[in-house]
Amino acid sequence: MYKYALFGMSALAAGTAGASAQTLDEVMARGELNCGVSTGLAGFSAPDADGDWQGFDVDFCRAIAAAVFGDADAVNYTPLSPERRFDPLGSGEIDVLSRNTTWTFTRDMDLGYRFVGTNYYDGQGFIVPTDLGVESALELDGATVCIQTGTTTELNLSDFFSANDMSYEPNPVETNAEAQEQYLAGSCDTYTTDRSGLAATRASFENPDDHMVLPETISKEPLGPVVRKGDEDWAGIVQWTLFALITAEELDVTSENVEEIAEEGSDVPEVERLVGRSGDFGELIGLENDWAVNAIAQVGNYGEIFDRHIGVDTPIGIERGLNAQYDNGGILYSPPFR
Amino acid sequence: MTRHDKAFVRDAIVPERAPPVTESGVWKWMRENLFSSWFNAIVTALSIYVIYSVVTGFAPWFTNSVWQAGSLSQCREILDGARGACFAVITERWNQLMFGFYPRALYWRPTLTAALFLVAIAPILFTGLPRRMLWFSAVYPFLAYFLLWGGSIWIPVTAAAGFVFAALAFVILRRLLPLVAPVGAVLVALIWWLTLAAPVAEDLSWIAPVELQFVRSDRFGGFLLSLVLGLTAISISLPMGILLALGRQSDLLIVRMSCIVFIEFIRGVPLITLLFTASLLLNYFLPPGTSFDLILRVIIMVTFFAAAYIAEVVRGGLASLPRGQYEAADALGLTYWQAQRKIIMPQALKVSIPGIVNTFIGLFKDTTLVVFIGLLDPVGLSNSIRSDTAWTGIYWELFVFIGAFFFVFCFGISRYSMYLERKLTRGHN
Repeated sequence: MYKYALFGMSALAAGTAGASAQTLDEVMARGELNCGVSTGLAGFSAPDADGDWQGFDVDFCRAIAAAVFGDADAVNYTPLSPERRFDPLGSGEIDVLSRNTTWTFTRDMDLGYRFVGTNYYDGQGFIVPTDLGVESALELDGATVCIQTGTTTELNLSDFFSANDMSYEPNPVETNAEAQEQYLAGSCDTYTTDRSGLAATRASFENPDDHMVLPETISKEPLGPVVRKGDEDWAGIVQWTLFALITAEELDVTSENVEEIAEEGSDVPEVERLVGRSGDFGELIGLENDWAVNAIAQVGNYGEIFDRHIGVDTPIGIERGLNAQYDNGGILYSPPFR
Repeated sequence: MTRHDKAFVRDAIVPERAPPVTESGVWKWMRENLFSSWFNAIVTALSIYVIYSVVTGFAPWFTNSVWQAGSLSQCREILDGARGACFAVITERWNQLMFGFYPRALYWRPTLTAALFLVAIAPILFTGLPRRMLWFSAVYPFLAYFLLWGGSIWIPVTAAAGFVFAALAFVILRRLLPLVAPVGAVLVALIWWLTLAAPVAEDLSWIAPVELQFVRSDRFGGFLLSLVLGLTAISISLPMGILLALGRQSDLLIVRMSCIVFIEFIRGVPLITLLFTASLLLNYFLPPGTSFDLILRVIIMVTFFAAAYIAEVVRGGLASLPRGQYEAADALGLTYWQAQRKIIMPQALKVSIPGIVNTFIGLFKDTTLVVFIGLLDPVGLSNSIRSDTAWTGIYWELFVFIGAFFFVFCFGISRYSMYLERKLTRGHN
């Protein structure tokens, strides 16, 4: 009896390990990438009027699908709430989680998931009405703060105030939309969340100029895609798709010129390797050699994706800041394609 | 002709005059109902003031409302500083709020399902309609599944065949071995579903491929999702709850204990916990790679939850019947099921109607809790819609719309239950 039980367990374990080591095969067989996104976050993922998902995080899913299948539309989106974002990854319901998730030690090492990089460097900030007369977060002593419960922002807030020997009155809210209402109704002096969220919030106000985002950033929030632990091949594909998008921007390869470059070649050796004209980088990660070309042609390079959804020309209007290339004042730095 | 010699006797009828203004019409009504005492007068005045401020406060918001605009900022331009609702978001996202991500070309399928639902439910709700319509009601669940999800028609057909076989087995076994007939019927159905149904359905689809385009569960959203969850759970939980209530009073120890454990466990746990179990925990018990449909999991959990409550409501109805009713049924020589069907249940259910309807309305509104497990019901969609940069910052308009929709349904259910109570009144109480 005991023996059978053991056999069953090991069979189950083997089954699990086998399944997780072959994400690429599964995805290929399915013909579709299962991608976990946020149920709604302005600029990052939201369904448009036709029911198609759009946004910065969504485009990263599309880029992976383009790299794997050559078809950016072969994605099946699973909208996930904050509480439910990791488990579907563990249970195999989704292949990759692209849901503005902060890369932290415990999430990376303790939970059985792997962060493969950062596609957006965010940080927590404060928004205040200009007539409050506050110029810096250090002047917020005694303020009433609207804060979303159950998030890392709550912990960052208390760290920041106690480190600076200040007190605050928390006004807990459930969702971003509720926070906006409370803040506009004057129930709190300031609202704190990631700066990208604050920018989107401010842009939606009737009079955005009556509100300002304070200069201080009180936390590091590197947001990036997550995969299951234990399948290095698949993690590599997701990771190097991200690097390909970043490198493409660095080397001025865009959705418009990438196919031309792939046809006619380039004088820059790294571009040649990126578009698969030299080397066999695609084969090394189990894909066609034009994987990066497909991703860039169908979705665009990092800068194009950024500008399309959250850049200064969009209603959200976020400056590149930290998310600029390293040679442009930011900290985006892809390992070389070599 | 009568003669009077008394001077004060009139000999002509006083012509009718209008009653004093305070004793007739609207003034009398107001005096009696609104200003009958100084306290009532004050309360009336205060109420009128409150109603006036609420109406004048909200009226401009509704009368100024904008119905055609591409984004919140366009709405604001049109309003030009005035206060007003931006219902343009409903105009633009109407389809999404109704159908979620259901493919647009296939909208006729849920619409047809809804229309047929009215036909199927009518003979159940109104006994005046021809009884033959009940046959359609019996077929309807399978038809609805086929229309909503699509795929091969043979899957719902083979599933329905299980019930037909069970009924046949029951009829045959009742002649031969009356004692095991119910058990045999259940066994036949189970064997059919677990072993034969799937291959037969596959073969039939190969021989006669009748199918609609398959729509995955994760395309369901909006009110379509609420209604699918709510109506399925309501229609399954009532019979299940009745059985549980009977089981709880059964003399068979195992049946009674399992019913008590089920009811008390489910009732003792919040619905949201059950939903999280459905969405997170179950996946770990299933073999990796199998994705057991999330909507199905949620329907099962919501149904269990409602059934436990219904069981207790029905038990209250059963408890209200005098002992004599049971004894009379026994004295007539009725079997257990005959007694339940003809004597006990008609009375117990009548008493339980308000409680049952209460549970149903609660259940229907509780379906909005699925937003916490990432299903995009109307409330979940309102969050997604707000995340579109065109509509970020819109708030009350969506809630007003969703609230109105739920109100129409719940009010309808409640009116029907009042009609039913009136109809079933038998003079004695």
